[in-house]
Amino acid sequence: MDMLNVNINGMDLQVPKGTTILEAAKKCNVHIPTLCHLNLGELGVVNQTASCRVCMVEVDKRPALVPSCSDKVTEGMVVKTDSMRAIAGRRTSVELLLSNHPTDCLVCPKNLSCDLQSLAQELGIREIKWEGKRMDYEKDLSSYSLIKDPNKCIMCRRCETMCNDVQTCGILSAIDRGFDAFVGPAFNLDMVDTSCTFCGQCVAVCPTAALTEVNEVGDVLRELNDESKHVVVQVAPAIRAAIGEMFGMEPGTLSTGKIAASFRRLGFDGVFDTDFAADLTIMEEASELVHRIQNNGRLPMLTSCCPAWVKFMEHQFPDMLDVPSSCQSPQIMFGAIAKTYYAEKMNLNPEDITVVSVMPCLAKKAEAHRPELSCGSDSNVDIVLSTREYAQLLKEAGIDFATLADDEFDSLMGESTGASVIFGATGGVIEAAVRTAYEWITGETLENVEFKQLRGMEGIREATVTIGDMDVKIGIAHELGNARKLLEDIRDGKSDYHVIEIMACPGGCVGGGGQPYHHGDIEILKKRTAALYREDEGKAKRKSHENEQIIKLYEEFLGKPFGEKSHKLLHTCYQPRERI
Amino acid sequence: MPKETMTAENFQKLDKLILQEKETKGALIQVLQKAQGIFGYLPIEVQQKISKGLRIPMSEIYGVVTFYSQFNLEPKGDYMISVCMGTACYVRNAQPILEKISKIIGIKSGETSPDGKFSLIACRCIGACGLAPVITVNEDVYGRLAVEDIKGIIEKY
Repeated sequence: MDMLNVNINGMDLQVPKGTTILEAAKKCNVHIPTLCHLNLGELGVVNQTASCRVCMVEVDKRPALVPSCSDKVTEGMVVKTDSMRAIAGRRTSVELLLSNHPTDCLVCPKNLSCDLQSLAQELGIREIKWEGKRMDYEKDLSSYSLIKDPNKCIMCRRCETMCNDVQTCGILSAIDRGFDAFVGPAFNLDMVDTSCTFCGQCVAVCPTAALTEVNEVGDVLRELNDESKHVVVQVAPAIRAAIGEMFGMEPGTLSTGKIAASFRRLGFDGVFDTDFAADLTIMEEASELVHRIQNNGRLPMLTSCCPAWVKFMEHQFPDMLDVPSSCQSPQIMFGAIAKTYYAEKMNLNPEDITVVSVMPCLAKKAEAHRPELSCGSDSNVDIVLSTREYAQLLKEAGIDFATLADDEFDSLMGESTGASVIFGATGGVIEAAVRTAYEWITGETLENVEFKQLRGMEGIREATVTIGDMDVKIGIAHELGNARKLLEDIRDGKSDYHVIEIMACPGGCVGGGGQPYHHGDIEILKKRTAALYREDEGKAKRKSHENEQIIKLYEEFLGKPFGEKSHKLLHTCYQPRERI
Repeated sequence: MPKETMTAENFQKLDKLILQEKETKGALIQVLQKAQGIFGYLPIEVQQKISKGLRIPMSEIYGVVTFYSQFNLEPKGDYMISVCMGTACYVRNAQPILEKISKIIGIKSGETSPDGKFSLIACRCIGACGLAPVITVNEDVYGRLAVEDIKGIIEKY
């Protein structure tokens, strides 16, 4: 590898050719502030627009300051990041950004998690030097998932990178020019009228409050305080590996027991786990796969747990809606069972039950409102909180999460196996399905349940698993741009997979749009993933069909997997949608 | 009323244009210019067709259309009156000339008359500073103007 000599703030070091000044500085522990810059390493997510001018440094013999995030080291380069000129230059950039930025930080949804705010603090800015003209655009409140406030947009273009390059949805683009420029959809349409999947990755990377989630914390508090309501809660697998971060715990700390305890403290009448519904999903999905294989059905079959992926499919591949599994997502299945089986068992009127979900995802909010995913006039799921909103609810209720003693989920819908926990990581759903399909097809006990070839962070992965006398070819994609590639191959008849798992977000649900902000640190996503596999390892039962509460549910209520009642309650259909 | 350009015939022309440029890299601006030549402006229906044809997201196309002032999102009048507001014209009283035109036709800068005949804009320097102050009506250039000349010019159209 070609190495280059560079001197940064008087320190000599060697870096490989192609290294940016910012990366080189990091190697010798020199911190350069950044704002628009984003690099999620092997996930291939890079925003290098150099538009914010916050990382400017001085380079010997160059007349102007240069952006360190995009300028690469050249041989013999002498860089100063701490000269008066560099410091003043960076400061001016931030002061100019602040000159037309709203200063309602106290009541801003991003208060204390805003990158611009942190930067102003880091650079010691104590006054708004120039009061510029403010933008006056209307907020987009049209969707159930996200809120767009162009007045807080600093044109860093991170959201565009996620929406266009990573997810290939093409919803967000810079509109207009100069001072009036902001990011929005074509014709500045309402988000709800576009083909947005509501994956929330734009929200996950937005440094300010230009893109935030729809906050439903108040709705949960209202329901909890309504005596006439029986409020049950479910929590998705990926939350247990991330919520601790909101309370100063190390990324990758598992908080399953604390979550159950916190729900009980909040006063939920039923404290449940979406993992239970994930096991249920495997029962249905594995049955559907076996059914498709044995009856020459449409292959490959694609998983359908991810609502952003489902909506992407409807907009971008409306001619291929027979490919995804007809299974509802675990969140919706949970609601369906809560308002039927659970209601029956508890002698409750389904209309008096409020189902609250805690999800790592913003698309789950929109999914809960899909009319076909309801029982009669009543939604299967009533309120969806993101991981961040859940943390806010705990803080408002004065619960010191970090010191809670571990507790258990309630029975009926609280048991889960290791197979369901790994739903939160890319490759997890398919691994769980393989564990069950293997035993069903071969009739043998699967001794080693870990299919490590299905794990990892690569965008597209494939593996062949031998089940009995059949080689099952498996594809896995996370991020919608990767999904698109697999889908195009299927459309062109070039795909020989039997089954494909797709998750919209980088890393799967651990990197969901509703998770604690990772601020561009991919290590956090890896630690969350490792935590989920750790929880799986520690479970006595690691195959979905061994879940006793699931077995009981089929015996007492559903009959057999993929049977008539399941079809009515747990399966769905898709509709073609326009691409805008 | 402005001329109706959203005709089946014009959309056929657009289809042909897209077909020609489908495989050309970086053809977007050229296609938009020609499409505006056909329709007079670039409404959502036209951008949508270009988006599908060239496989470029609508948002990106809209971004380009709103970035360049040459592209119109609204139908324009038969006669486009541009009043140069470059420095030379400005100091030689371009502002009162703009106001006079505005008063005679009854529209502000950026608007189109209800009968679809005139559109009025204040534009940047057109490079004819020697003739300041200057206005153009479509391809016709009028220079060294005084406010009194305006009425006669507009009556010609």
